[in-house]
Amino acid sequence: MLILFGGIGLVTILSIVKGGADIERHEGGGLKAFSPEDFPEIEWNDPSIDEPGAAGLDGTTEAFKVAPPPFSEDIFPCSECHADMEPDVERRVLEDMHDDIVLDHGPKERWCFDCHNADNRDRLRLANGTLIGFDESYRLCGQCHGTIFRDWRQGIHGRRVGYWNGAKSYLLCANCHNPHAPKFKPIKPLPPPVRPEFLGNQ
Amino acid sequence: MMTKIKKFFLFVLGSVRLVLTGSKAYWTWVGSLLILIVWGASAYATQLRDGLIVTNMRDQVSWAFFIGNFTFLVGVAAAAILLVIPAYVYNWKPIKEIAIFGELLAISAITMCLLFVTVDIGRPERFWHLMPFVGSLNIPSSLLAWDVLVLNGYLLLNLFIVTHLLYKAFFKRAYNKALIVPMILFSIPFAISIHTVTAFVYIGMAGRPFWNASILAPRFIASAFCSGPAILLILFQILKRLKVVDIKDEAIWKIAELMAYAMFLNLFLFGAEIFKEYYSATHHLLHTQYLYSGLHGHSALVPYAWASVICSTVAFLLFLFPATRKNLITLNLGCLLIYAGVYIEKGMALVIPGMTPDTLGEIYEYTPTMTEVRIGAAIFSIGFLVFTLMCKVAIPVLKGDFTVDSLKEPVGHRPLAQSRSMD
Amino acid sequence: MGKGVNHRDVDRRHFLRGAGLATMATMATRFSGASTEAVERFLATRFAELSPKEVEALLEDLERDFSRRFGKEISVEATPAMDDVVFGYGLDISRCIGCRRCVYACVKENNQSRNPQIHWIRVLEMEKEKGIDLAESNAYYDPEQVPEEKSFYLPVACQQCRNSPCTRVCPVKATWQEKDGIVVIDYDWCIGCRCCMSACPYGARHFNWAEPELPVDAVNAKTHILGNRPRMKGVVEKCTFCIQRVRNGRYPACSEICPVGARKFGNLLDEESEIRYLMREKRVFVLKEELATKPKFYYFYAT
Repeated sequence: MLILFGGIGLVTILSIVKGGADIERHEGGGLKAFSPEDFPEIEWNDPSIDEPGAAGLDGTTEAFKVAPPPFSEDIFPCSECHADMEPDVERRVLEDMHDDIVLDHGPKERWCFDCHNADNRDRLRLANGTLIGFDESYRLCGQCHGTIFRDWRQGIHGRRVGYWNGAKSYLLCANCHNPHAPKFKPIKPLPPPVRPEFLGNQ
Repeated sequence: MMTKIKKFFLFVLGSVRLVLTGSKAYWTWVGSLLILIVWGASAYATQLRDGLIVTNMRDQVSWAFFIGNFTFLVGVAAAAILLVIPAYVYNWKPIKEIAIFGELLAISAITMCLLFVTVDIGRPERFWHLMPFVGSLNIPSSLLAWDVLVLNGYLLLNLFIVTHLLYKAFFKRAYNKALIVPMILFSIPFAISIHTVTAFVYIGMAGRPFWNASILAPRFIASAFCSGPAILLILFQILKRLKVVDIKDEAIWKIAELMAYAMFLNLFLFGAEIFKEYYSATHHLLHTQYLYSGLHGHSALVPYAWASVICSTVAFLLFLFPATRKNLITLNLGCLLIYAGVYIEKGMALVIPGMTPDTLGEIYEYTPTMTEVRIGAAIFSIGFLVFTLMCKVAIPVLKGDFTVDSLKEPVGHRPLAQSRSMD
Repeated sequence: MGKGVNHRDVDRRHFLRGAGLATMATMATRFSGASTEAVERFLATRFAELSPKEVEALLEDLERDFSRRFGKEISVEATPAMDDVVFGYGLDISRCIGCRRCVYACVKENNQSRNPQIHWIRVLEMEKEKGIDLAESNAYYDPEQVPEEKSFYLPVACQQCRNSPCTRVCPVKATWQEKDGIVVIDYDWCIGCRCCMSACPYGARHFNWAEPELPVDAVNAKTHILGNRPRMKGVVEKCTFCIQRVRNGRYPACSEICPVGARKFGNLLDEESEIRYLMREKRVFVLKEELATKPKFYYFYAT
């Protein structure tokens, strides 16, 4: 009987006498638990994209709101400065103004007037000469990036906020992609989940 | 009707008196069990207060120590019928006299099973949701719901049989054969079904490839038939040594022989599993690898997995050869080894590798906390206590020492009488 | 998809429970000193079987409790599924950068416990060269910047399977699939057995291992009883496609916060919807499709 009890006890106790503390540090974090309140700089409900109006639950109301173009402060309308200036179409490095713009968009031959209109700076110029406003800049981007443009029109590319069956607001290409250097810069990720070993010790 | 109730009350009263009188050894045993129960109950109180976070179970390994023990004990309960089959199907007298102990073991084991499930669920006060009609038991879809039904049914069946047998013997009357024998025969498929339904709970989960194999059902039965009777064999020898019950050597050897067949089947099915995993070498192999060789530096279970294989193999060999099977030392060693082997196989080596790596490939290495062990110890102690108390009543009844007449005299030591035949 | 209710069973159950309720409530109140409210809550009926009036009463009870607990006005709705709507989700793995904003937006929107921490979305980092290999994935990546050159990212949450194993195995019918395809949990009925968690092939279900900690100033006051209402310890929870939002026509929180627009959501029954468009034009796949769970969460590669 003692043997039996001892045997059972041994078997059961052996199964816990493992050094449970030899937790390997796997790649990554997960030692501490974070919550959204730790990141007040992120607007979780994001009013920067205007909340659209009516929900349109019957599916018929389709109001599409678009965000405005992301102009730097006081830069628009361009004609305020450029109306009196002679356009200089020679390819060069800008020195007086707009020298903060880094142009890194495609082939090295890219130059401001590939997209901007020399005669009227308040407009952008399409390949066939049509002039469009900055609030329709997607038509310009869409000339080269046709597949993306097609997806964006359907809502597959880019971010949308609002009602899946009603009013939505969406973004211009330039709201996310800097048209001069469109490639996204990597960002700091939010922390990983807490590892199960540490769930109880927070 | 009133006399029936009065009679039953007499029986209960007598049983209580029996249970409360005993030798020093008896009280030491019961006392230590009670201490363990209290020790574990206070751990459970902490768990009730703080939640299951006091265990080491997490989302990644959400079933562990409690469910592992539950699975093992269902097997023990089912294995009681290994005695019933030779006793009542083949009418073999030497085992027929002691078949009731198998049923007592089944009752204790099922009690422990139900307790292990109760301590594992997050909202135990909502247990009544599991009751048919009053709650919303999800029959026929949920295998766990079926498990609730068959486990409780099996418990009630065995309780009824045992109570009837003892009650009738207490009143020195023959038991109602027409009622009891069909019930006992019915308990054979019932016992197979409780363990198969438990196996089906695991098999049905396609998301857990380690469990999603039809071989799990026969493996469960085979390992149950090895380990359950092992406990009984040791118990019978203790009872025989203490001159409490006379059990023929033949009975013990026959049980051991049947266990040997079960052990072979167990090893064979295990071998089949191993072949399938290592030969086809799919992603599913990861779970078996975690168990037998470790994965990415995680190897907590490896020694136990190998210990289990070695114990089961050695036990099989000891039981296979008549020389070692009939030698009491090697027989008992074999019993301990197979108990350990199957306990690890059904407990740690089934539940944990099924969940490691988890469904998204993460490895969380689980080991039980002290709280879990304490609760487990308490539940095992409750099971042992239930078994002890039932034996404390059953043995005198079977020997003829405790009958309705003895209520008029103090229950004391009587000359050793031949155990009553159960005919 | 919704669990039908046999009215004869319901009537019998109501009778039995009513009788039991009266007895047990009296006894329990006498012996335990608990409030009748608490006892009634204990003996409450499954949400799926409540009559509209009972639902209203339950919502009022919950609103009162939560408002008291959080010190502000909390609303609990039981908005039913819309007709002719089955929700689907699309995730563009060519765009996901692994920033985890969806994870934390979900926590904020759905009132998950902060401690112990519960995340309904898990973002897995995988190596481009190895492709989708869950065993080699890493959920704990924490580099200085994402996306890393050699990696791509796969966020995983409840796939809202059409053939869901979790609803099949629940022993008490505490979880089921609604008419609009969302798999929901009745938190007041769940017994916490975690059978559904074992059955889920995607690790999408999460357990309240302790009493959830939800800071008062962080609680989202607009809740749905089967979605983001504050939970209790010992019950399972999971992504509900932001049921409190989508049943009112709004996008889920994760799809709105995603800074790169990798998450798409809509009505699978509407041919003009975004989700149907991407299923037509892009090549979609689902996780663990050999398990025939038929998820409604589609991964795709836009470019």
